[in-house]
Amino acid sequence: MNINLTLFAQMITFAVFVWFCMKFIWPPIVKALADRKAKIAEGLAAAERGHQEKALGEQRALELMKEAKTKAADIIGQAQKRATEILEEAKTDARDEGSRLVAAAQAEIDRETNRAREELRERVTVLAMTAAEKILQREINADAHQAIVEDFAKQL
Amino acid sequence: MASSETLTSQEYIQHHLTNLTLGFHPEHGLGFAHSSADAAAMGFWAINVDTLFFSILLGWLFARLFKGVAERVTAGVPGAAQNFVEWIVDFVEENVRGSFSGRNAMVAPLALTIFVWVFLMNFMDLIPVDLIPHLFVQLMAVFGADPHHVYLKVVPTTDPNATFGMALMVFILVLYYSVKMKGVGGFLGELTLQPFGKWGMPANLILEGISLLSKPVSLALRLFGNMYAGEMIFILIALLYGGGILLAGTAGVLQFVWAVFHVLIITLQAFIFMVLTIVYLDMAHQEHH
Repeated sequence: MNINLTLFAQMITFAVFVWFCMKFIWPPIVKALADRKAKIAEGLAAAERGHQEKALGEQRALELMKEAKTKAADIIGQAQKRATEILEEAKTDARDEGSRLVAAAQAEIDRETNRAREELRERVTVLAMTAAEKILQREINADAHQAIVEDFAKQL
Repeated sequence: MASSETLTSQEYIQHHLTNLTLGFHPEHGLGFAHSSADAAAMGFWAINVDTLFFSILLGWLFARLFKGVAERVTAGVPGAAQNFVEWIVDFVEENVRGSFSGRNAMVAPLALTIFVWVFLMNFMDLIPVDLIPHLFVQLMAVFGADPHHVYLKVVPTTDPNATFGMALMVFILVLYYSVKMKGVGGFLGELTLQPFGKWGMPANLILEGISLLSKPVSLALRLFGNMYAGEMIFILIALLYGGGILLAGTAGVLQFVWAVFHVLIITLQAFIFMVLTIVYLDMAHQEHH
């Protein structure tokens, strides 16, 4: 327990360790701590920014959605209008086409009727002539009675 | 009690309180002291090898652990070792920021070194008192040394050389920064012109001189006294082991209780040494105190 040279040896040892700590240990560790502090602050700020951006984005999305809805409603309205128009057009076309067809059919019928009537008339004339010939034998002159026969045929 | 057969209690205690001293003996020449009387006869020019060895070993441990972390330190997610080191560094930094108002890049590393180093040196006190000395005796016996004259103190802070060594370095720093910050005149003025003004100069000098000189002395003796007393109690408890089963059982309980209590003391003493160093240096940096 004597005070001896150890005292100075300890002083030097102490000084060396303090120097070592000051040179190699303290600065990097404290720097890392400061860096981490800055990093955390940065992260928190970024999170805050992200929060705000998210709120903004949500608002914007809401606006876009509203706009899209309005547009969609417009488009649907227009489409419905157009559909009604097309339907009306189609109806008119169909009606026209129908009446045209009916008219054509009617004309055809009329034409056929007339043709049949003409034919019938001719046949009846011939038939009447033949029948009269048979009844009257030679007494009837085709030329002389032509007018009568035709008059008759007309009445058919 | 390691080598108790031939030792009395007094000799056992004495043996534990003697450093392994290397020096020039007036009669035997260069060599290890064979007794505390030998060590005393060697005078100033002797070295306590055990104190130096363990303090440097522990300081090296500190430097290695912290340097290892400092090399791989990252601002990202820290590993276990880095976490532990950062915890201590943060603690020390907080204390420095709280007590030291000046600007000095040296104070915080100084405080860290003191705290960890002193704690490690104190921690040696928790190792059973006979364990390392006994192993050392066995080792030395191989070289033919007389076991009764192989001394080893494993706790450097129970050697006043270690505590005074640190306290004196702190004192030198206090003087250096006092002069650097206030100039020679300012420092002398601080010593002589207060508290009684210039007409009470001698009284001022006595008061301030005592207060200045008491700093390193109290710093060194507080740590030394606490650790020496704690070591002493461990030695006394260790003595009980030789007194039969009942006493040995009591000693076991006592040793455990005292060790638990001592954990508090060693940490506290390291902390006090660190805080007082910071405070003394803070005073040295300030104009008035």
